[in-house]
This record gives sequence, C-alpha cells and structure tokens, in this order.
Amino acid sequence: MVDLTRKFDVLVIGGGNAALCAAISARRSGASVLVLEGAPKFYRGGNTRHTRNMRCAHDAATEILTGPYTEEEFWDDLLRITGGQTDEELAKFMIRESKDILGWIVEQGVRWQPSLGGTLSLGRTNSFFLGGGRAMLNALYLTAEKLGVEIRYDAEVGDLHIEDGMFLSASLKQPNGGVSEIRASALVAAAGGFEANIEWLREYWGEAADNFLIRGTPYNRGSILKMLLAKGVQEIGDPTQCHAVAIDARAPKFDGGIITRHDSVVFGIVVNKHAQRFYDEGEDIWPKRYAIWGRLVAAQPDQIAYIIFDSSVVTSFMPTLFPPIGAPTIAELAGKLSLDPAALEKTVADFNAAVQPGTFDHTILDDCRTEGITPAKTHWARKIDAPPYLAYPVRPGITFTYLGTRVNKQARMVMKDGKPAANMFAAGEIMAGNVLGKGYAAGIGMTIGSVFGRVAGREAARNAKN
Amino acid sequence: MHGTRILDETDRLMTVCNSCRYCEGLCAVFPAMEMRRSFSDGDLNYLANLCHSCGACYTDCQFSPPHEFNVNVPQTLAIARNDSYAAYAWPRAFAGTFARNGLVISLIAALSVAAFILGFVVVHDPKILFGVHTGPGAFYKLMPHNAMAALFGAAFLYSIVALIMGIRAFWRDIGEPVGMKTDAASIWQAIRDASELRYLDGGGVGCFNEDDRPTDRRKLYHHFTFYGFALCFASTSVATLYHYLFAREAPYPWWDLPVVLGTLGGIGLLIGPIGLLAAKWKRDPVLADETRYGMDVAFIVMLFLTSLTGMALLILRATPAMGPLLALHLGVVFALFITMPYGKFVHGIYRFVALVRYARERRMMGHI
Repeated sequence: MVDLTRKFDVLVIGGGNAALCAAISARRSGASVLVLEGAPKFYRGGNTRHTRNMRCAHDAATEILTGPYTEEEFWDDLLRITGGQTDEELAKFMIRESKDILGWIVEQGVRWQPSLGGTLSLGRTNSFFLGGGRAMLNALYLTAEKLGVEIRYDAEVGDLHIEDGMFLSASLKQPNGGVSEIRASALVAAAGGFEANIEWLREYWGEAADNFLIRGTPYNRGSILKMLLAKGVQEIGDPTQCHAVAIDARAPKFDGGIITRHDSVVFGIVVNKHAQRFYDEGEDIWPKRYAIWGRLVAAQPDQIAYIIFDSSVVTSFMPTLFPPIGAPTIAELAGKLSLDPAALEKTVADFNAAVQPGTFDHTILDDCRTEGITPAKTHWARKIDAPPYLAYPVRPGITFTYLGTRVNKQARMVMKDGKPAANMFAAGEIMAGNVLGKGYAAGIGMTIGSVFGRVAGREAARNAKN
Repeated sequence: MHGTRILDETDRLMTVCNSCRYCEGLCAVFPAMEMRRSFSDGDLNYLANLCHSCGACYTDCQFSPPHEFNVNVPQTLAIARNDSYAAYAWPRAFAGTFARNGLVISLIAALSVAAFILGFVVVHDPKILFGVHTGPGAFYKLMPHNAMAALFGAAFLYSIVALIMGIRAFWRDIGEPVGMKTDAASIWQAIRDASELRYLDGGGVGCFNEDDRPTDRRKLYHHFTFYGFALCFASTSVATLYHYLFAREAPYPWWDLPVVLGTLGGIGLLIGPIGLLAAKWKRDPVLADETRYGMDVAFIVMLFLTSLTGMALLILRATPAMGPLLALHLGVVFALFITMPYGKFVHGIYRFVALVRYARERRMMGHI
C-alpha cells in the first residue's frame, strides 16, 4: 500500500501517455513519484488506450517507417492543419524533441511496428505501437512500476491547493468519503481535456453537445483543468476546438474507440437530416480530411448525417463494426434512415447527373469530379447507381478538447500574470491547445503527450531537488 | 449465422477485430483475419486453430471485459478450437470422446495398463515375471518381440489413419476453394513456425499467463515437451532399425543411441509437462476454456507417465521390478498411441495444418 502521508518529490495527476512519460522521466531523474489515476485500472490511460500511433520527425527511413519526415515537413503540416494557430516556438521545440522520442519510448518498453494494414496512409510519417495504445500503456506502466513509481487507481482529486503559482497539495478523495492531502514538491498535471464532461461542453455548444459521442472513457471530465484555470493558471485555446471525427451514430455514448469510425466518406456522398449535401466529400485525401468531419456534422441540424454509397464500393474501405444499412432503392433507403424519400432521390439524381467522366484512383487527387452542383465533389466522384444502396449514420465523435493551460518550453505552466508557475507543469491533452489551435493530424496528440510528458517529468524532478 | 453459439461469438469478435486491427503484429490470427471481410464456419475454425493462446491480444485489447464490447479472443478461440477437435474426429462415432476427455483418457489408460499386467500374469510364471533378465532380448522374455511389434504397430497405424482422416476433414473445411492444394514452400514455412513456436510469444515479449507480465515460460516448457517427445520417438525408431537391420536386440547399453536419445527425451518429457501443468494451474481462467481442463491435463499427464515409467524401466531394468515396470510402461504407451486422435495431441496436428494454410495464403497474397 502506498504511504500517502509522506511528501513526494513529484505528484503526477493523470494516467495516460503524458502522465506515464512524466512519471518515468521524473523517476529516472531521481525523484520519488506518485501517480494518481482517476479511472479504475482497466480504464487507465485516458485516450491513450485508444491510440495506435505517434507522429515523430525523422531524417531517414527506419525499420518501421518508409521514408524521412523532416522537421520542416512536420512544421509545414502543423502550420497547414492549424491555419497558423500554434505557438511557433513551442511547436518547433516539440517537433525537434519528437525525433528523440522514437528511441526514448522504446527504452521505456514500448514496441513499434510498421503501419497497420488497411489504415490511413501513414507509413512514412507515423510510428505504430505493436498491439495498439493499450499495449503501449501496459509497457509504460510495467516500466514505471519496475522503477518504483507509486501508482493509485480510482484516485479522484477533489481539490488542488495552490498559492501564488505554487502547488502545495492535492486533496485525494477516499472511498470512505474522507479526504487525504497529498503533498509534493512539484506537480505534473496530465489529466487530459474535458470531452467527457457534457455539461461543460454544453456551455459552448448548447444543446448540440447532447448529440456528441465521446470516443474515450467517461473519466476525461477536465476537473483538474478546471481547478487550475480557477486558481490563476493562464488559459489557452478556443473552448469549442477539439479533435473530432464522424463516427457511427450507433456507437456507445462513451469509449467506442477506433472501431466506430468511418473511412467511406470519399467513396460516396454525405447528407444531413434534410437529405441535403453540405460539404465537398472529395476535397482532399482522407488522412488529411478525416479530422474535419466531426465538426462538419456537429454543425448540421440534430448533429446527424448519413454517408450514402452503393454496392460497388463496399470493399474499398476497411470493414466496419456496424454493418451498413441497405435497401434496393434510394427511396427505400431513405425510409430506413427516416429521411424524406423524394428529397434523397433528388439529391442522388442531381449528384449523379453532375458526375463528369474520369479515371478513378483513390490514392491520388484524381479527375473524377462533379460539375454544376453546390457543394461540388472535387475528386473521386462516381455515380451512385449500383443497388443495393447503403448508408452509415454518423455523429460527431469527440476525441479530445483543446482548451488548456498555457506552458513554456519547460512544460511549466504560465500564470495569468505571465509569470511561470513555481512548481507546476503540464503535459498532454491538458496543454495540447498550445500547439493545436485548431485542426488535427493523425498521431499528433501522442507526440504532444510523450514529448511534453518527458520534459515535464524531468523539469519537475529538477524543480523538486532545488 | 453459424452452426454453434461459439462460432457466432467468434464471428462477432472477428468483425470487431477486423475494424480495429491493432493486434495484427502479435501473431498469425489477425493478419489471416484481415484477408477476409466475412467468415465462414471453416474460416473461423481455421483462425481458432491458428491461435496459439499467448493471451497478448486480451491484455492489449481496449475492448476486453469489463468493456461493453466484451472482446475476449483467446478464450473464445480456445472454446471454438476445442469444439473443432470433436467436429473433425474420425470415425464420427468417436467424436463424443472429446466431451469428457479427461475421464475417457483415464479409463483407457487404466484399462490398458491393467490388460498388460493381467496378460503378463496370465502368460508367465511368477518366476519369469519377477525374475532378473539381462542382456539382449531381456524384454522379449516377457513379451515376444513380434507380438509387441504387431500390437503397437497396429495401434500406431490406426492412430495415423484416424489422424489423417481428421486432417482431411479439417483441410476441406478451411480450404477455399474446396480441395485447395498446398506447396512445399508453405509446408517448410509451417515446419519452421511450428518448431520454434513463432506465434507463442505475444509479438516478441512472451506470452501472458497469470497476470499482465509476459514471460517465455510456456514456450520453454512446450519445447521441453515437444522435443522430449520427438527424441523418444527417434529413440524408438532407431531401436526398430537396430532390430531389423542389424539384428541387435534391446535392451541396449546406456551409451548406445536409442538409450541416449530416450534418456534425453525422457528428461524433457518429465520437465516439460510439469512446467506446462504448473503454468496451466496458474493461468488466468479468463484466458482459457476451463471446461476442457480435463483434456489438457490428461494429455500432459499421459506424456509425463510415459516418460516416468520409461525412465523407471531404464533404471531398474536389471532388477526383479523389470517385469511389472515393463507392463506398466507398455500399458501407458499403448493408451497414449490409441488415444492420440481423441485427445489434446490433435492440437499440434491441426495447428500445424493451419500454419500451412496461413503460409500458403500469405504466398498467394504476395506477402513473401
């Protein structure tokens, strides 16, 4: 049993990739470390349990990466997806550090493998975890335990005691209703965003938030983030910004993970509840566009949309957990989806009439496009005319929110007055907004977690010693 | 829908797994699954037998229980695999032996040992049965060589026929199209994969047994068992050659090849089964088909007894205990032979065939 009355050098709140990297790095720097994970052991690790890869810069191909991905190219990608809404100094620091993470994370017991079969084309840029994110977490936890990091599960922190940017203690709720004060010389907050806190989401999204599905566990409620912001830590990021994708509307409210997503948008059309198209389904290749569809669907009435396609493309994308809804005619399909049959028939007929001849190739920006309809489908546009007709209902699936605590290159929190906090650090999704003002590129959340987790742990340990 | 509830569940899991694929680097099951979008009964039986039960996909799965998706691949495939042994049994009338396999094997072993002891007692004067016999042909004073060869040859032959019929049924079920041929390269690949237990290593770290810490223990003890068995088989084969080609009769001196091979194999067959049994008792029940412990334990114990009685015979062959020990050893070995097609022994056969199919599939898909 962990002795909670002693004063630890470093207290880590959270239990995912960022938290464990911080704990391991602090312990390796000689600090005594306590990790408080709010979730039960099975659900430990927040969103990390659903991840599968990490985006790291590298100058040459490796055993598992098919080619180089330079710091410059990573920076260009980040600039493009965020539309420039990023802290350049911090982002470039992260990208530089990411090169080293490829090897460091292996030293912590995590194993890489080449890009998964049938996945987004990420073989050059992203390193995949052998066995997925939970395998990665298991390895980090084993390493942390071996090093002597103390870990508590079901450990909900009810309050933080902070004076003038100085962390003093955390109030740990006990199962009997009591509270233990946990003292530590430094704090690493790595407790994630607030995506599972529907009431909080509702403050910004209104009733639409009730229709959001949460891709991770119900434990990502953002309570630590809320406490920090209330106690003088500087806020960063737009509270409505998040990593969100379109996931199957039949998915569970929480923790449906990767298997509820759909990769079929580029092979068909997407309509809202009025059976109207609302965005160019073929704007760019899917790995570059999958992350915008969550917000696009969130902006539609009742936050619901339907990917409509036909039987000719069923084997063009990965098999799905939920089978497509099918019918021999468009009108019957509309009936099954509770859409207006005449409206869907017209939308499909207008689309088919607008499709121009071309040579289909889903791996490049091909010349299959529409003419004369709005919005256009600028690539991979082919007629939907091979029954049975099929559909997937989709809703916004929120992965994580970007509202967070401002940090500097030491991963040290910055207070509202602009001064660095005395002994408080942050890593992972709780500070992702520093790098991600908006938008998302696959694997970047894990880069933020590992890079800033490692830095935060090291700096917190150094801070504790002084 | 499939023939059984467990195949329905296997299908459900493979549909979940095929939309995730995080485990594809762990073993052969998931890459084989990815070659399909839907699953026939034969596909599911193939995947079930391809699984080496390392447990890594359970420990690594974000959807394993208590998650509502309730994904437990190792246990589900273990049940499906054990069901498949009965489905492929030949003749069909003996499929029921898999239902209460521990009991069936125990009874056959007991009857077999009893029959040999009884036979020796009825045929021989106690002076011969409890006499000291040494030198070439000592064993045959208790049972003539020709009788021994005929009895064991027939039992062995029967088992081979039954196993081949089982393989035929399995291959037909998993083959696609029916009667699909294989090739030497695929068989060679499968021999390599089976001989090193390539897929009993959780993708590199070892397999999972009692907790979330991977080890190579089961692989090691399985190697002791398998290679111990192989050495004992080689010992018998060499002895048979000695007998017929060179007219050299058992028992052989301790330095001679059959004894050396048999002793090494025997030691492996003592250590291996004990290690496997210990691992089985400690294994997290969530990973295993608990209802089939009887079958698993019966086979392990039979291998252990084969070695134990053989080693005792070697050590005490120049004493009056030789006669009773020979009866005991022959009884155990005879029971082992005739029950080979109706017990856990078949796991190695079907898994090997599944590995052949996997190697063949990968070649056809252009992976090699």
